[in-house]
Amino acid sequence: MSQDQGGPDPSFEDRLTAARSKQGLDAPPTPPSTDGGALGGSLWGIGLRVGIELVSALVVAVAIGYGLDRIFHTTPILTVVFVPLGGAAGVANLWRMFAPKKS
Amino acid sequence: MAAEGSSSIDALGQFQLHPALGFIGGSVNFTQANLMMVISGIGVLALLWFGMRPRAMVPGRLQAAAELSYDTLLSMCLEQIGPEGRKYFPFVFTLFFFILFGNLLGVFPYFFTFTSHIAVTLALALLVFILVTTVAIQEHGWHFLSYFVPQGIPKVLLPLLVVIEVISYLSRIISLSVRLFANMMAGHVMLEVFGAFIIMLAGLGVLGYFPAGLSLALNTILIGFELLVAVLQAYVFAVLTCIYLHDAVHLH
Repeated sequence: MSQDQGGPDPSFEDRLTAARSKQGLDAPPTPPSTDGGALGGSLWGIGLRVGIELVSALVVAVAIGYGLDRIFHTTPILTVVFVPLGGAAGVANLWRMFAPKKS
Repeated sequence: MAAEGSSSIDALGQFQLHPALGFIGGSVNFTQANLMMVISGIGVLALLWFGMRPRAMVPGRLQAAAELSYDTLLSMCLEQIGPEGRKYFPFVFTLFFFILFGNLLGVFPYFFTFTSHIAVTLALALLVFILVTTVAIQEHGWHFLSYFVPQGIPKVLLPLLVVIEVISYLSRIISLSVRLFANMMAGHVMLEVFGAFIIMLAGLGVLGYFPAGLSLALNTILIGFELLVAVLQAYVFAVLTCIYLHDAVHLH
């Protein structure tokens, strides 16, 4: 039981990293399922995430629309155009969150 | 803190910033939030420094904690980002532990949760966003813009979908920051409200003792819940950073 890490460390380290990276390559098929579970946690967690994703897309869209309106002096029009786009982006976010991942 | 008048609950007063470190802090506007950030930074460094000091073959408790944290985060990076994840591991590790220590320190009485301020979480989310975008541009150059063009769609829909993708990309800043901020703030508001209930109900006399005890029990449960949320939200922040980095490195 030697306490210091001398001796055959480099080669062992190399083999360890090789094995690790192989594991890392093998792992990707599993993460999507586990990460969905871990991120969602409980039903409350999933609900909160869904709400935040939807609303944040809408907030960004309204901000863009309102900003462009201010610049081009077209007050309601671009906001009106961007609000449905923001809703669609929110749904796209959700799809990306729950879609079955391909490899 | 709260319930100085027996009819009002000051649930948001706990989030107010005050100068820390007395006169010096007051003159440079060094608030208790800044102090907590420094403490949490020092805490992470102390965990790693003192944890890894023995360099024992069979780790002690602190060394096991330090090694385990390193290992967990590294494997998460490699899993989520791929082999390139090793490059971004230091960033994700720092981010995770800064947020984790901030969240956990906030559970202690008289301490302040700096992650309950949207200014802080927004700054962190912007940092992640800018880093991810920089990485994507660095890795792919102008080809990075193809990230906003979904594959296999008719040409007619392209302008519409590109706008939607851009909005969805930008919404990451908001969702990342609001998630952490809302979770931390909601937890502490609940603790404050039920803490105020205890005092107010106990002040009612014999009739109030039972409900006061109930809210005390509830507050105890909430503290445990708050610990869970603190770890979970730090983890979610780190995992989402990894997922975004994966997107940046691989595009789609």
